[in-house]
Order: sequence, then structure tokens, then C-alpha cells
Amino acid sequence: MANSTVPRSRAEAETTETASRAADATGERPEKRKLSGKLSLRLRFRRDRTLILMTLPAVALVLVFNYIPILGNVVAFQEYDPYVSDNGFVAMLESPWVGVEQFQRIFADSAFWDAVRNTLVLFGLQLVLFFPIPIVLALLINSVIRPRIRAVSQAILYLPHFFSWVLVITVFQQIFGGAGIIAQTLRQHGYEGFDLMTDPGIFKFLVTSEGVWKDAGWGIIVFLAALASVSPDLYEAASMDGAGRWRRMWHVTLPALRPVIALLLVLRVGDALTVGFEQILLQRDAVGPGAAEVLDTYVWWNGVRNQDFSYAAAAGLIKGLVSVALVLAANKVAHFMGEQGVYKK
Amino acid sequence: MTAVIDKAALEEAAREPRFWEAPPRPVWEEEPSKAGVAGKGIVLAGACLAVLFPLWIVVVTSLSSKQTITEAGGLVLIPKGITFVAYQELLSGGQVTRAAIVSVCVTLVGTAFSMTVSVLAAYGLSRSGSLGHRWLLMTLLATMFFGAGLIPTYLLVQSLGLTDTYLALILPSAVSVFNILVLRGFFMNLSSELVDSARIDGAGDWRILWQIVMPLSRAVIAVITLFYAVGYWSAWFNASIYLSDQSMMPLQNVMIQLVQKQEAPVGVSQAIKTGQISALAIQMAVMVMALLPVAVISPFVQKHFKKGMLTGAVKG
Repeated sequence: MANSTVPRSRAEAETTETASRAADATGERPEKRKLSGKLSLRLRFRRDRTLILMTLPAVALVLVFNYIPILGNVVAFQEYDPYVSDNGFVAMLESPWVGVEQFQRIFADSAFWDAVRNTLVLFGLQLVLFFPIPIVLALLINSVIRPRIRAVSQAILYLPHFFSWVLVITVFQQIFGGAGIIAQTLRQHGYEGFDLMTDPGIFKFLVTSEGVWKDAGWGIIVFLAALASVSPDLYEAASMDGAGRWRRMWHVTLPALRPVIALLLVLRVGDALTVGFEQILLQRDAVGPGAAEVLDTYVWWNGVRNQDFSYAAAAGLIKGLVSVALVLAANKVAHFMGEQGVYKK
Repeated sequence: MTAVIDKAALEEAAREPRFWEAPPRPVWEEEPSKAGVAGKGIVLAGACLAVLFPLWIVVVTSLSSKQTITEAGGLVLIPKGITFVAYQELLSGGQVTRAAIVSVCVTLVGTAFSMTVSVLAAYGLSRSGSLGHRWLLMTLLATMFFGAGLIPTYLLVQSLGLTDTYLALILPSAVSVFNILVLRGFFMNLSSELVDSARIDGAGDWRILWQIVMPLSRAVIAVITLFYAVGYWSAWFNASIYLSDQSMMPLQNVMIQLVQKQEAPVGVSQAIKTGQISALAIQMAVMVMALLPVAVISPFVQKHFKKGMLTGAVKG
């Protein structure tokens, strides 16, 4: 950042000086000049080789585990046979090509469309039932002025975010499940027990409420930060003009939250097809695929469980492409609304 | 002129408010209504109870004897006769002990590896004028927008011969680009004069990173370390698809078998069958083992969350 304004070698120092003289002569604004532009590539490499070296392990890991598998998506156009060779790569080379046959199979499969529907319904539920809760909680905590109460309640609310999904689902099971504490207490008092964990009808609400329990508290952080950056002068001025506490919230607090809300909404929409893979996979067997299958678990079931690699890879490819399109589209909308979005233009 | 100074009143006005007292409000802000305060209190207390109550049940039940659990008709609300039998049974060898050791080792090794790679990358990318900076950053950033998909990743890990090794639990998810960005954002915000003066004194990049940047970034490094550690500690999916040997499974996978599929852990089943320990207490004890490290460590890192998260993350 600011480092580049300080010459790091004699050669650069000289370049900088000539550059600034030239800039003075042409009347160009000095901060617009390019410092490193005049350095030879070799010199820049010698200067920065340590930095490049430091970055290499991370880049290598990303290349191997994020980029190379993209090539592996070719199995979606094959009839991949895992028994041709012990090595997956060799098997990939020797498997026959079948074109778009896998995709045709997928579009003809009603289970796939069920998974699509479940995914979208879950996304909608999360948007309506989950998204507003952290905002309300953040407003609430922000209005508490005793520092001790703020700190303690934040510490408690953040906690579940760090629990694993296995643990969260197990806790829910022990409370709302058929052998859980509520059902047992009811039975002891002569009522009928119930089992929320295996009921396909309410499964989507169950998944959403698990998400709320785990992550609503964590979602507060970013809103609290946005609230903390609002200048108190604005509140004071509004109050002088006769605004009561609700009008101050409406005209000062909420506008301050607007960019953050827009950004998170964009991120959420871009991620619409990913609705809690681990969480749902863990409960899939209990309620059956009819209610619980989402796109990610559909891929897992067909690929890893049934060893139908090509079919699952094709389904995963569809999901991946639609996701990328959604991210890009959501970001476009963000730019259109005048927000920064995920990346800059 | 001598004015009568009420010393006590002055001191009273100057002292810090006690923790149960509200700090002074700005003059323009009206006092809250009684109903408003009560409403806020109820909602906040409700939210906190919703988090704490399940955890309380789990911990108390794991510490109860079989008799107490039977009397309570399942899960215990009020502790009576605390006993540690369930933990003794679990930690005296057998499947759960081994799983706990696996989880601890994978978490320690994985976190150390991830942190080394991430801190180096974040520092390497923290000077925006450096050669190749843009390309390297783009290479990392692009992975935030698309993934290769489950099946190709699975085939790759298999082709590399990582299945049935602990490396399969660490390498595929070793670096998180988001965490690197947070670290990088923090490094870039450090005062550049410090770094430059160190360079003038003859320090190379390694030395600057180790002796100047790292000590100044303790807050964000603590936060990111916690994120990585929690990630490794909570992970179960990679183990479930890449490991076939039951004795290699980490704690989370054993917990799935134990609690969700209601299987008794190998090595403990005898004690349950003979009725010495309640199966429920065993399940709860495993859950406590899974949640304890996280619940103990995260509050200490908590005060850094806001600072650490927001300096880097939002700017991107």
C-alpha cells in the first residue's frame, strides 16, 4: 500500500525522482504516476522474490485442490468407470465419452427437480426467517448502555457459532427428538410424545431454526460494527430537531445499516443454491430424501454413495455454473444499487 | 474567595460507574420507559437462555449417575450427586479415547500448518506494488466464487493416494482464502513507517514479518487461529468420505455413530450392558468433550473479534 511510495532501492529512488520532475513539468498530479512502471522486470523480481516465495505455498495448495479438480469435471461428459484403474486419474483417461447423456438423465430425473425445489424453499425460508434476526438483535444490544450486560450477552450469543453441526443437531435431538426431554416429560404426564426430528413436514423449519440457534448471534458482529461507526453527532442533531427515539432509529440508524444489509443480502442470494450441506446431510436419513434432499446432498448421494461419479459430477457442474451466474448477477445488482458488492468494478 | 467544596460530591461525580450502574447518558437522550427496559431485558435474557439452557442440560446429565437419570426420566435439569464415571469410562482407552487423540492431533497439526501458510501468503500479498501481486491475489480470490465440486475433488484426493491417511483431513481444506484476506487487510493497515524503518536498518522480509508484523498483529492472528482450529475440530465430512478405517475416525464422527445412530462405543458397551453407567450419560459426556475446548477457548479470543474481523474482511 503506502510502501510503494517509499523507494526501496537506489534504482527506484532515481526513477522516482525523474518521474516526479517529469510530473512537475507536465503539471500532472504526483500521486497518479506509476512508481514501479519504469523498473525492469528483473529488478522487480529481485526486489520482491521473498514476497513471491512466501505466497507460493498457499497458491500451490489452491492450485492443486481448487483448480486442478475443475479439470476433473470432464467426467461429467464421460461414463466414468472407477474399476478401470486404482488411480482415479488413469481411470478418467480410459473412460468412454458419452457427451451430454448424463445431463439428459439428470433433467429427466424427478428426484433432481425435488432437490431443486427443496433447495429453493429452504433458501426462501432462511431469507425470511433467519436474515432479519441478527439485525433486530444488534439493534437491541446496541441500545443497551451498560457495558457489562453488552459484553456478557454478546459472549453468550456468539458461542454456538463455534460448535460443530454434529453437536448442534445432537443437542436439538436430545431436546426435541422422540427420546428427547420435551417428549419424555409429556409422556410422563400422560400426554402423547412427539418427534420433531423425523417429521418431514416440519423439517425445513427445523433446519432453519437450527441455523438461527447456531449463527444468529454471530451475525450480530457486522451490524454492531456498522452501528458503532455512526457518529453520535447525527443522533444529537436529530434529537435537537425534535426526533424521538423511534424517529432517530428510522432516520439515522437504519440508513447507516443499509449498505451492510445490502451487501449481506447480495452475498446470500449469490449463495442461494448452498443451503447447509453438512447440516442437512446429517439429518437426511432421519426424514428421508423426499423432504431433506438438496442439490449438494443429491450430488453426494449419487456420487459418493452410489458410485455414479459421472452423473453426480454433471449435477454438481450444473449447480456450480448456476451458482457462479448468481454471484455475478447479485454483484451486478449491488453495483446498480450503488453499493460496493463483493468485488469492485 | 473561598468556596465550600463538597469533596465527597466531587469524588462521587468523578468516579467510574460501578458495573451494575449505567454510564451517563448524553443530555439529549431521553430516559427509557420502564416497559421498554423490561421488554429489552426479557428478549435479551430469552436469547441468552435459549443458548445456555441446552448446554446446561447436556453438561449436567453427563455428570449424573444412572439413578439420577432414571429418576429424572431422561435428561437431568438439577444436578444431584455429581459423578465422573462416564468420563472415566470414556477416557480409559477404547474408541472414544482414540478418537479424541486423533481430533486433538489433527487440530494442532492442521492449525499450525494452515496458519504458517496463511500468514506467509498474507504478508507476501500485503504490498500492493510488488511483482505479480495482482496475479497471485486473483488466483486466490477466484476460488471464492466457484468451487470445483464434490466429485472432482473426491477423485483428485483419491488419485493423490491421500485416502485413508490423515493428510486427507488436512490438505484439501488447509487454506481459507477468506482468512488470508482478513490477515492481509490487517497487515496492510499496520503503520508502514515501522516496516520501512526496519528495512532501512537492514531487516529482510522474513525478519520484518517475524519481529515486527507478527507481534503487532496478535489480535487478528488469535482470531484466525481460532477460526482454523474450530474448523479442524468440527470437521467430520472429509473423514467420513476419505477414511474407511473406523479406528482412524475423529471425535465428531464417533459422536455421529454414538448419538445419532445410537450405537454404544467399542470398549464401553460392557459397562452399559451391565448397568453401571447410563448410555445417556455416555452420549452426553462425548458431547461435552466435543464442545468443551471450543467453549473454553473462544471467549478469550472474543474481545478481538470485531477488530480482527472488520479491518480486513469488509474491505476485501
